[in-house]
Amino acid sequence: MLSFELSEEQALVKETIAGFATDQIDPMAREMDESGEVSQDLVKTGWELEIVASCVPEEYGGFGEGPSALTGAIAYEELAYGDLSTALHICSPTSMAYTVLMDGTEDQKKTLLPNACGEEFKAAGAALVEPKFSFCPSKLETTAIREGTEYVLSGKKCLVPLAKESDNLLVFATTDPGAGFAGVDAFVVPCNNRDVAIGEREKNMGLKALSTHEVTFKNAKVPIEAKVGGNKGIDYLNLISRSRLALAAMSIGLMRRAAEHSRDYAKERVAFGEPIASRQAIAFMIAEMFIETDATRMLVWEAAWKCDRGDEFAKEAALAKNYAAEKCMKVCDYAVQVMGGHGYVRDNMPELWFRNARAFSTLEGLVMV
Amino acid sequence: MIDFELTGKLKSQQQMMRGFAEQAMRPLARKYDEEEHEKPTELLKMVQGFMKGGVGGSMGGGGEKKKKEEGGEKKRSEANLTTAIAVEETFYGDAGIALAFPGQGLGGAAVQATGTPEQKAEFLARFSEDEPVWGAMAITEPEAGSDTANIRTTAVKDGDEWVLNGEKIFVTSGKSALEDSKGFVVVWATVDPKAGRAGIKPFIVEYGTPGMQITKVEDKLGIRCSDTVSLSFMDCRIPEKNILGSAEVVDPKKASTKGFKGVMATFDATRPLVAMMAIGVGRAALDELKRIMAEEGLEIRYAISPGRMTAIERDIMDMEANLKAARLLTYRSIWMLDNGERNSLEASMAKAKAGLAVTHITQKCVELMGPLGYSREMLFEKWMRDAKINDIFEGTGQIQMLVTARNVLGFGRDKLK
Repeated sequence: MLSFELSEEQALVKETIAGFATDQIDPMAREMDESGEVSQDLVKTGWELEIVASCVPEEYGGFGEGPSALTGAIAYEELAYGDLSTALHICSPTSMAYTVLMDGTEDQKKTLLPNACGEEFKAAGAALVEPKFSFCPSKLETTAIREGTEYVLSGKKCLVPLAKESDNLLVFATTDPGAGFAGVDAFVVPCNNRDVAIGEREKNMGLKALSTHEVTFKNAKVPIEAKVGGNKGIDYLNLISRSRLALAAMSIGLMRRAAEHSRDYAKERVAFGEPIASRQAIAFMIAEMFIETDATRMLVWEAAWKCDRGDEFAKEAALAKNYAAEKCMKVCDYAVQVMGGHGYVRDNMPELWFRNARAFSTLEGLVMV
Repeated sequence: MIDFELTGKLKSQQQMMRGFAEQAMRPLARKYDEEEHEKPTELLKMVQGFMKGGVGGSMGGGGEKKKKEEGGEKKRSEANLTTAIAVEETFYGDAGIALAFPGQGLGGAAVQATGTPEQKAEFLARFSEDEPVWGAMAITEPEAGSDTANIRTTAVKDGDEWVLNGEKIFVTSGKSALEDSKGFVVVWATVDPKAGRAGIKPFIVEYGTPGMQITKVEDKLGIRCSDTVSLSFMDCRIPEKNILGSAEVVDPKKASTKGFKGVMATFDATRPLVAMMAIGVGRAALDELKRIMAEEGLEIRYAISPGRMTAIERDIMDMEANLKAARLLTYRSIWMLDNGERNSLEASMAKAKAGLAVTHITQKCVELMGPLGYSREMLFEKWMRDAKINDIFEGTGQIQMLVTARNVLGFGRDKLK
């Protein structure tokens, strides 16, 4: 029966994270963007929300029953409402954890999952995006070639979150060229492998508080046990789609933050003797910001709901992600525009959101629901 | 629990309506576009037979509101959702024919929203008879469109009658209601021109009432099967009891749901249905486009990165996302209505999104189909013409933005003009 009502658990998750994001993350966002570091206090408190542990079953160190895409989407929206870099940082271990949980062998689950459910935040970045304009998750140029009892990885990745502080990276590579999504596998690769070169900290337009690196694999050898899921491999399209939902959900948080900011500012700011919100040119932009925030949320929720039911949802996830990337940019552009010159200066937040928003058209795989 | 699944009952109704739309409506779409002012009489009789004027092209039935029960437990209803699903399917069949369906229409919705139980019993019973009957609503005037407060048609009490004088335009199904059947029109007129909005009241004028005349039947860009008329009222006398709600002119700030606020209540209930109309037309165009493109061998690669997609793939994805977003926003506003929640904001958001999305989608489909899209041999050009009405009637796209903005900002009409 059609319903838009959150479950009690979801309402609690939303309320808890909303409080954290509003009271603690949001006030720090500017400072973190300038300093280039996500606050360790925030990471600690964020980790205590047990986003990963609440999804991992007890036998592997958690207390959950597998990730719910819908609950995840609700949680991620709230986190990103506070700050996108912080949300991505806190949630970055989800890619490794959920990939292993859903597709890993029993050994891989037993070895890797308890680590992801510990009391301390443990970085584990996902290496998926590659530094070329024609990058597509179905055509990875990083390859993994089987040689005896080993796989040999070669290629270059970028936008790998927390690569410097991770023990292991989750690396996506092509094992069967020409097979599209079916030809990609995931490998758990130790960062101390001598043929894995972690480059300088990337300098991006936005997400400046999030540490990301380029990572190069120069014929890096890993044992076949490093391949997630063994012979069965992974359901890559499912993982990519879950990642798209996670990112799209975060974009909603950013959009909502920007929309509310513009609303509040436009009601206060007086020009020509009245609040600028009293002018349709401004008011209609604000209306559109709210409409598109809700529209994106609807697309994300429906796709997540399908995912949780076990239905095909790759198409819906792609629709939601692409829509989200476009609308988030537009909404954050409006947030700058509503403030005019004040939106352009770094004393105010819109320019930061404007820079962050464009990331969604590029990001893939960093986080999952 | 968030759930996007329709109940089994609703799904089977949806299937049934879809079958009807495809088999009985679509084949007639072109004929009644070309032969403007003609009606598919047999089909409309059949519709009356199996729908009894309940759901479909007419927008009635949307005014029913469910109140919260005592103790905080919500009463679940799907009355409006049921109507909405039927609306999408019939408009998927054909917008013009669907709008021409018999039923209580906006007039009935106004009775639902503002009438007493006695009035509802008296005026709405006719819609479940065997013969097709139409209800219509007359708000717009030559000098007052979206600006409904500027209504100049007057209603003056004379003994136990009201005397109406004025001119109304753009009355949907006015001819059907007043000339082709024993229907009525709900006329919004002012009892006190100095009182502004507070003085505007709805009156029921029955078919054949002396002093009321159809002065024009419009020729239109689209939805040609549906008649749109002008009405003139010259000392048109109606019984005292035909006023809906109270005749008292009260301070609008203290007014309840009667009087002018009744117009708004009517719109809260019908806006999502108008959004569903748009969505039905948009889906018709997009489904047909995708069917033809698939026949030509186009496979849409949804999951690849947008940068590698062809322009057509991107266009189609964009249209699908917009149509889906519009439908889900509309579902949400209807779900709220069915649960007795006030949905002004969500309803205006849904209609703004749907009207805009579908205007764009149908225009894009003509573009992508090239000469085939532009040709009257196919329906794409018709869908593009039909869709445009959704961006205009029951509040233009700009009015929806205005209503949305006022809701978002918490501004009244004094602060955001």
